[in-house]
Amino acid sequence: MITVNGKARDHADGLDLPALLGEAGVGPDSRGIAVAINGTVVPRARWAERAIADGDAIEIVKVLQGG
Amino acid sequence: MAEDLFRIAGKAFTSRLFLGTAGYPNQQVFLDSLAASGAEVVTVSIRRVDMEGGAEGILDLVRDRAWLLPNTAGCATVKDAVLTAQLAREALDTSWIKLELIGDRETLYPDVEQLVTAAAQLVDDGFTVLPYCTDDPIVCRRLADVGCAAVMPLGAPIGTGLGILNPYNIEMICARSAVPVILDAGVGTASDAALAMELGCDAVLLNTAVSKSTDPVRMAAAMGHAVIAGRLARLAGRIPKRTRAEASSPELGLIGG
Repeated sequence: MITVNGKARDHADGLDLPALLGEAGVGPDSRGIAVAINGTVVPRARWAERAIADGDAIEIVKVLQGG
Repeated sequence: MAEDLFRIAGKAFTSRLFLGTAGYPNQQVFLDSLAASGAEVVTVSIRRVDMEGGAEGILDLVRDRAWLLPNTAGCATVKDAVLTAQLAREALDTSWIKLELIGDRETLYPDVEQLVTAAAQLVDDGFTVLPYCTDDPIVCRRLADVGCAAVMPLGAPIGTGLGILNPYNIEMICARSAVPVILDAGVGTASDAALAMELGCDAVLLNTAVSKSTDPVRMAAAMGHAVIAGRLARLAGRIPKRTRAEASSPELGLIGG
């Protein structure tokens, strides 16, 4: 199991970060997106090489309206 | 008149109005409000992508129009606020953060103990930290002491539009602060923004007062004018208050004497 944006889910073997981001419509060039795994930000330059491991807690965020 | 620039962490701004981006009837009204206000800084939030609903945010709308100040709105722990700030830095390529650490969802009052802790951590991590804080001179001093680039005391609770509930505190904070003071939260109408500037604030941050007004574009223009008027009045130096009348017309040469 992994947790993505607070929701627990199953994951296929070999799932990597780009594939997971793709589910959310996020590509390598998407602007205003950031990712953290287990409380640490994964810089965009390292998205491609980041594998997903069982138990990972992943946060995928974007820029929204705010005060 | 010489240009009256306002600087935070070395970055100069002409406008002393910061505008929030939330709650407008639609995007066009927001864009028109931003233009009418003259604001050069806008606040944005960082939120989870909806895994089913796509990742569109508002970045494309604002990135070429204003200096972006991401916030940690809604965070209730140091850990969440720090991670949100780090995510904002990655998403927006900025080290600036409006640090909000909310102690209570009903009052939305800052948790000052956690706020100072988070501010110190973020300063150490290289952030330019602008903390939303209580209107308490000691809290503001502690935030400046840990390296915040400005302090942002509240005029009244977020979204209330009650104006500046304790103008004496805001004036005292402005008089004592080693860093710029930005009044954040509580502004309801233009006179509140003008008063903040008259009390000595360096800038005013507001959102709901514009976005939820009947005519946001017109209110945005009013806020822009109010901040300019208040700043000019502050620089001009108001007359002392007195309790007895004093004639302004000459008293000599009055007919019928």
